[in-house]
Amino acid sequence: MSVKNNSNKCMYCGACVGVCPVSAIVLKDTRIFIDEKKCISCGACVKICPVGAMKL
Amino acid sequence: MAEKIIYDAIIVGAGPSGLAAGIELASGKANVLILDRKQEIGCPKRCAEGLSNRWFEIMKLKPTPEWAVQEIKGAVLYGPNGKQVKMKDKKILGYVLERKMFEKNLAIQAVKLGAKILLKHQVVEAKRENGVVRLKVEVNDEIKEFSTKLVLACDGIDSLVARMLGLNTKNNLNDTDSGYQYEMTGISGYDENCLHLFFGTEVAPRGYVWIFPKRDNTANVGIGIGAYVSAQTKITAKEYLDRWIASQPGLKDGSIIEVNAGGIPVGGFLEKMTADNLLVAGDAGHMVDPIHGGGIGIAMEGGRLSAEVALKAIKANKFTDDFLSTYTGDWFKLRGNELKRRLKSRHLLEQLTDDDFNYLAESLTMDEALKIGNGTMNKAELAILFTKKLVQRPGLVKIMMKYLQEGKSSSQI
Repeated sequence: MSVKNNSNKCMYCGACVGVCPVSAIVLKDTRIFIDEKKCISCGACVKICPVGAMKL
Repeated sequence: MAEKIIYDAIIVGAGPSGLAAGIELASGKANVLILDRKQEIGCPKRCAEGLSNRWFEIMKLKPTPEWAVQEIKGAVLYGPNGKQVKMKDKKILGYVLERKMFEKNLAIQAVKLGAKILLKHQVVEAKRENGVVRLKVEVNDEIKEFSTKLVLACDGIDSLVARMLGLNTKNNLNDTDSGYQYEMTGISGYDENCLHLFFGTEVAPRGYVWIFPKRDNTANVGIGIGAYVSAQTKITAKEYLDRWIASQPGLKDGSIIEVNAGGIPVGGFLEKMTADNLLVAGDAGHMVDPIHGGGIGIAMEGGRLSAEVALKAIKANKFTDDFLSTYTGDWFKLRGNELKRRLKSRHLLEQLTDDDFNYLAESLTMDEALKIGNGTMNKAELAILFTKKLVQRPGLVKIMMKYLQEGKSSSQI
């Protein structure tokens, strides 16, 4: 299971990318891409997200 | 499509750090390219836009009304009990910027000196090949290739370029703040010549709410809180800020003209800031003040320093980690050690209860508060602090003792 990004809430600020311990998240322009194979569901991105756009 | 040219340096990220590095490199006649994944320089900001005079001096910047939009002459701190401590000077202590204009001006300066800038260029791969770095860059639907002797990773908290080249720049949650901000207009009830900072566990746990005025009843109204606290309370930075604004008569009916968010690397300094063909600066290099979370000036200073090291490397034609590694020590000597002392002070602040905070706000002088923050109190000053002020609150004595012992035992890089 991988974390999911809610693009309606997302502010594409990149905070999630900065704290991801396995570099599973990439921010391109206004979109977040999550590599489901790399994601270890640790929840760091959920905790840092200022707007609650990441959900496990 | 691959360019044949091999750049002396490619800077990834056209923010304050990357542009300061670009200006320095281009001044030194290096062949430098600046790439940014965004479509506009300076936008969207992840920043409250305050810059104090000290940085204007350090970076030799002359404020112009075009981007230094609000003169700041002081600050007002609001304790958890609502008590205000106002410090205001007659002279200008700094400015609130319009970052978009500020950074465009830096970009123009860099290009005038000979740098080249490309936007909407997203680096997707970085690999070393025969002593040169090959970057694969996504541009619209195409992949372009660029080659360079050196990469300066100035690509923000979401830096991946340094990671692609084997340098760990990841942020620890405990040392990262969650930030959220509105630029609001049609607001009132605050002194436009002061920064306003609001503290308290209800308002902003392990952090603060700010109003940074930008003239004409307009201001950045934002919040930065510890990411782990937000996770514990299950309240996001946005929710804390919305709740607080709704309680403020001068703000609640204002209009929002911009929304910003961002993670803030407030500590967790990198022990290593170089690798073969690589230097890292700015937010990507965790160059942020651990107490107030500001980083424009620090990032610019770090960017310029990285460029100075890069120029030496270009001159010597040596791009190994071994040659570049002096940069880490140079950075700590120049600014990093000061930030480390301030990180310890932040850890002290984090242990204070709202009651402690109220007590200190009423009993400490500004000079004492600043010296504790900077970790520069001498023995005589500490003695007065303990015997006259902290003695009335044993809890505070305990926290302060622990802080002083940590200060003694920790070694500096």
